[in-house]
Amino acid sequence: MTVRERLRQNISAAFYRHGLLCASYPVPIVLFTSASILTCCYPLLKLPLPGTGPVVFTTGVRDYTIPYHEPQGEIGERPEWYRGPPVAYIQQVLVKAAVSPWDNTLVPVDVFRSPIGRVFSLLEEIRNHVYTDSSGVRSLESLCLQVTDLLPGLRRMQTILPEHGCLLVSPGNYWQNQRDLFDLDSDLLKTIHQHEPKGFHISTSLRDLLFGVMKEHTGVSLYSKKRVVTYTITIALSSYDPRFLGSLRARLKQLHPSLNCTLRDDHMVHVHFKEEIGIAELIPLVTTYIILFAYIYFSTRKIDMVKSKWGLALAAVVTVLSSLLMSVGLCTLFGLTPTLNGGEIFPYLVVVIGLENVLVLTKSVVSTPVDLEVKLRIAQGLSNESWSIMKNVATELGIILIGYFTLVPAIQEFCLFAVVGLVSDFFLQMFFFTTVLSIDIRRMELADLNRRLPAEAGMPQPKPGPLRPRETPPPPRQSPHTITLQAPAFRNLRLPKRLRVVYFLARTRLAQRIIMVGTVIWIGILVYTDPAGLRTYLAAQVSEQSPLGESGLPPHLGVAPVFPGGDPTSTLSVLPAPEPTIIPENHSNGHDSLGHITPVSPQISWGPEDEDGWKHLYLRQWPSLFSYYNITLAKRYISILPVIPVTLHLSPQEAIETRHPQDTRHQPPPIPRTPDQQNDLTLYKVAALGLAAGVLLVLLLFCLYRVLCPRNYGQNGVPHGRRRRGDLPCDEYGYSPPVSEISPLLLRGHSMDIECLASDGMLLASCCLAGQIRVWDAQTGDCLTIIPNNGLRRSSSSGGWEHRDGWDPMTMPEPDTLSGADTGACLEGAECDGYPLRRRLTPSRPALFVDQPDLTPLIDTNFSELPPSQKPPKNGFDFGELVDRAYQEHEPSPSLAFTPSPTAPQPRRPSVGDQPVMSPDPCSPGPTDWDSSVWAMELRGNLIAAGRSSGKLELWDAVEGSLRCCNEDGVSGITALAFHNNRIVAARLNGSLDFFTVETNKPLGLLQYRGAPGRGSMPPSPCYRSEDVINCQLTRSVQCAHQKPITVLRAAAGRVVTGSQDHTVRVYRLEDSCCLFTLQGHSGGITSIYIDQTMVLASGGQDGAICLWDVLTGSRVSHVYGHRGDVTSLVCTTSCVISSGLDDLICIWDRSTGIKLYSIQQEVGCGASLGVISESLLVTGGQGCVSFWDLNFGDLLQTVYLGQNSEGQGVRQLLVLENAAIVCDFGSELSLVYVPSVLEKLD
Amino acid sequence: MEDTSMATKLSAPRGPYIAVITNRTTNVVIRGTMLFSVGVFLALVLNLLQVQRNVTLFPPDVLSSVFSSAWWVPPCCGSASALIGLLYPCIDHCLGEPHKLKREWSSVMRCVAVFVGINHASAKVDFANNVQLSLTLAALSIGLWWTFDRSRSGFGLGVGIALLATLVTQLLVYNGVFQYTSPDFLYIRSWLPCIFFAGVITIGNIGRQLALYECKVVQEKIHQD
Repeated sequence: MTVRERLRQNISAAFYRHGLLCASYPVPIVLFTSASILTCCYPLLKLPLPGTGPVVFTTGVRDYTIPYHEPQGEIGERPEWYRGPPVAYIQQVLVKAAVSPWDNTLVPVDVFRSPIGRVFSLLEEIRNHVYTDSSGVRSLESLCLQVTDLLPGLRRMQTILPEHGCLLVSPGNYWQNQRDLFDLDSDLLKTIHQHEPKGFHISTSLRDLLFGVMKEHTGVSLYSKKRVVTYTITIALSSYDPRFLGSLRARLKQLHPSLNCTLRDDHMVHVHFKEEIGIAELIPLVTTYIILFAYIYFSTRKIDMVKSKWGLALAAVVTVLSSLLMSVGLCTLFGLTPTLNGGEIFPYLVVVIGLENVLVLTKSVVSTPVDLEVKLRIAQGLSNESWSIMKNVATELGIILIGYFTLVPAIQEFCLFAVVGLVSDFFLQMFFFTTVLSIDIRRMELADLNRRLPAEAGMPQPKPGPLRPRETPPPPRQSPHTITLQAPAFRNLRLPKRLRVVYFLARTRLAQRIIMVGTVIWIGILVYTDPAGLRTYLAAQVSEQSPLGESGLPPHLGVAPVFPGGDPTSTLSVLPAPEPTIIPENHSNGHDSLGHITPVSPQISWGPEDEDGWKHLYLRQWPSLFSYYNITLAKRYISILPVIPVTLHLSPQEAIETRHPQDTRHQPPPIPRTPDQQNDLTLYKVAALGLAAGVLLVLLLFCLYRVLCPRNYGQNGVPHGRRRRGDLPCDEYGYSPPVSEISPLLLRGHSMDIECLASDGMLLASCCLAGQIRVWDAQTGDCLTIIPNNGLRRSSSSGGWEHRDGWDPMTMPEPDTLSGADTGACLEGAECDGYPLRRRLTPSRPALFVDQPDLTPLIDTNFSELPPSQKPPKNGFDFGELVDRAYQEHEPSPSLAFTPSPTAPQPRRPSVGDQPVMSPDPCSPGPTDWDSSVWAMELRGNLIAAGRSSGKLELWDAVEGSLRCCNEDGVSGITALAFHNNRIVAARLNGSLDFFTVETNKPLGLLQYRGAPGRGSMPPSPCYRSEDVINCQLTRSVQCAHQKPITVLRAAAGRVVTGSQDHTVRVYRLEDSCCLFTLQGHSGGITSIYIDQTMVLASGGQDGAICLWDVLTGSRVSHVYGHRGDVTSLVCTTSCVISSGLDDLICIWDRSTGIKLYSIQQEVGCGASLGVISESLLVTGGQGCVSFWDLNFGDLLQTVYLGQNSEGQGVRQLLVLENAAIVCDFGSELSLVYVPSVLEKLD
Repeated sequence: MEDTSMATKLSAPRGPYIAVITNRTTNVVIRGTMLFSVGVFLALVLNLLQVQRNVTLFPPDVLSSVFSSAWWVPPCCGSASALIGLLYPCIDHCLGEPHKLKREWSSVMRCVAVFVGINHASAKVDFANNVQLSLTLAALSIGLWWTFDRSRSGFGLGVGIALLATLVTQLLVYNGVFQYTSPDFLYIRSWLPCIFFAGVITIGNIGRQLALYECKVVQEKIHQD
């Protein structure tokens, strides 16, 4: 044993033990892993949250020094970024100006015109300020931040923002810092407004930049109540010179003292800006994330055969993500701070760590045998994949280690994270995911059990014996137990077009989606472009008030003075004026009413809110200002110096002097407060309108939803489907394909291949080549009765399990080696076992029958001469070959050495008087009987009709296994049987057709309560009780029904239909065995016939043609050619005809038009057997499997493999029972397949 | 990536599509179109990665930075990727050694992610010198091939096409069609062949996966008929 193998074994054993551990204690382990994840993620709390918000750090001004580049020894509370000089020092001069005392003669423009006008003198002052000391002369020019060109895209701002000089912005920039331009400007507000961006803006506007305070606080408005104008002069300095700034501050304070100013000037604020992500970087980032999600999607999609796919997929993703978080947390814990952009490398880390191990683990666990305990399954699955998992982890670690030695810092860091992530991922896989998987598997087991419970409860009597032979699914690596295909798509073959359109709409929820998208777009458009004119309406409202708007609206100019009361703006004010006494004055005083409201002078107050005025501005103010000059603040910081307060009090005279001639032309509004109210009112209106629109929209959507969506959308659609199943041939709602696991129930017991199969729904009778007939319970699959070949033995047992391994040599003589000769021994054995003999009918073998010729060789020869295609399609397999084989097996048996049984007991009910026709020995089998095999079998009620190759017709009691009746009128072998009501029709090899009547003779006491045992008095599906004495009489024999052997015989709806080699189909009436029609139309022998209660008759022939006939008139409805070779099987549903042929093709035809809808090519050697479970579900037999097809679309829904060694043995016969179970033969076994979802559907 | 997910949607065997998809020529056209769009998309995105970080916070014209390369670059990449993606399954078919390693979409996605990662590394990570950068990228590319391909034909085709593409780029730069900011390998960057190689492997992977889909559909069609 090499080291490698030993290692492998050790690993495998360790994984096995670990799996046991995980599956045994799932909850503690999940708790433990969650705790460890949280612990490892705890250091992450220290990391700054990702975001682009600036970080603020405050220091004192007095002992300020430029921080060093290298981190100092005592870092203290200094942030990481506080190193090196800042990009700029920002010195702001905060100006508050007011005209005081306020005069009634002043117009609103005076509120801000002269205060703004003072900015130019202040600017002059600041520019010209010079500080001189011993080290030289310093002016602003030498200290300020020199800027160059604006960005190319900002040409339109060239006239406003400074270029090639000091970065100094103030409101004066609007007028190029020139006083005369300001004086010439007739409309200040328009100038200010014209640079405002249109539409919505989240970034800083130019106005905010120049004024330096928020728009609301500037006071530059016609309706300002406080009449105080606030603005700043912002100076960006490249170097910090405390003496210069101190002298500037002192100078300004001296010029314009602020008496009540409480601003602190001893703090300096440093603002650090995070990196900003532009769109150019966002696109690759988004791409990597999309790839990542696609990877996760495609990976988790592979998780299959578990209880909850979503749960496991979530667990897998959680495993990977938390391992990453753990990795970052652990690295932080050990002093490694991530310098890489986490968002960028995260997808790559996930991809490197991968979900592969998790998937491999799931696959391996799922593929362990289902019948094992959950613990063992987990352990086995783990240990199976242990080696490959370890190998994978080792390989990845090796690759990452190689990456570590590239000695590139970024890659090294990445590798470090990846290594820690890999290790923690492995840990989580082993503990977290395995445990979750075990929980999931356990849930599945429970659900599985729950599903099977009803079947167990339905058993008639629970046996104490071992479990019935349920086939455990084979391991998937050999042959997948079930192939689950995707649900059929919505394809319509026959639906009318309008329905198709409606279905398409309903399926894709197209209408809803369109409405939704449309609504979103509509709202977007509404908000942005304002098609309803709300904004223009508002603007009009405002401009009507403002003097600015009047130049554009000349009609109002004339109207307003004439009808002041009729001004539209005043009519809009529905709110009562707070001071009603003013209103009459308003009317009387006309346009000079302003003074009444503000007789007090504006007060300039300095509060704490001015101190950190920069905070009120949008965070992007500084970055955007610098970005205009192509200076990025990302990952850098600026230092904001304490503001210099400046208070300006202007006299009214000054204000009047600085007036522009046009200012007075515009009269102030009559009621200055009205615009506010108007604004408010309009806002309310808009809000109410929006609310109403929203409610309406919701209602509309709801109605549309109700109209267009199925009512039970989201509730699995079951009741809905049931409701509409009748009229919809589509399966979109009604039928859910059987995706659940279907496991076949194998019925074992026959020693040879099964030859005949019959069922009446409750019972199932099968006959094998050895001649043994077994009766099974069709519900549970228990073997009820065994009728051996020689007719002497029967075994009535409640369960067939005892015999499943074959014949008990003591009680069940092997029929192959033991023929009639062993009857005695057999009887002895039975008596030894104490079996009751009372119900046994023992056929005696009188000696006079010994010389009867054995017809078997003749029959056999006759049969084997038939070409294989001429075999009866009912059985659907090479009949001649099987008979041949059976004959060879029977031949060496010493048939003639049989001695009559000396202890033949009398029948239990020798009521000879009741049945004068019947001999005491109901059946006196000749010597050929022991060699004859059962060629045809039918089961009705509890009677089995078996037609033997010797021409004998036997009726057996299915439950008790006793021979009830026997008829030996014919000598030609019975090739086909039909058992309908009380009639049995037997088709013989020589072409004759015999009609038998089964008569039930009640015991004497009961006879009077029953009607005469005539044909009319029989119940449609008689149940023959064991007390009844059954007589089978040949009522009529049609000697030459066909010229050639009859191949098919079907009976339904009171008709018997025979098909023969002579290319004809004949229809007989069952009642009087009268031939109604001879249907001619095929150019080959008839191979298959279908007739059902609705009188539809279809026939298929060797020529590959399929004919549909009208049974009432005998006319041919349609005639189609569909197969190259024989038609082997025919089934009809209400809408279509399904045929299968020797060319392994299944064709589906429209029944009314005879048009081929589609065809399905099967594998070679399949397709002889067909069955229709429901209108839309077809089942076909294949090589060791049965396949379910959706008839509407021809999709393969599922293939159920019957056994492990599925090769070689084809399903030749297939019966669909009434409870939607399928019985098919499978070599010497029968297979009972339940289709659960169909069961649900048929209930 | 939208393209690939769209691809899976399109290729899913659904009713009337079957006939269209199983038609060989149509299938080739569809695959070619998908590969073309994938190539164009990757070219745009990766080119964006290569564009050096713009210091401006408000790039004046965002759209122009997306299409910052010459107009002919994305179509060229698209056509090349279509060609390569169709060539790979073809060569597999000719050589008779079908690609067996991990033929799943998740693996393909992983491959694409690693490819983008290699590009990312070449654009963003600061290396000490160009030799180190080139060697690292070469190792990464070989690792990509080993992880996701491992076929000799894939390697050969990758190397061949990478060399060819490098030569073409050299000629283009030589003729002054465009230019690299700091060429270190004649006229181009020395990592270019590695990127080409990794790209060929990635596109080949996608192409094989798409071709696999065709095979499946054809098989199903045979089964259905």
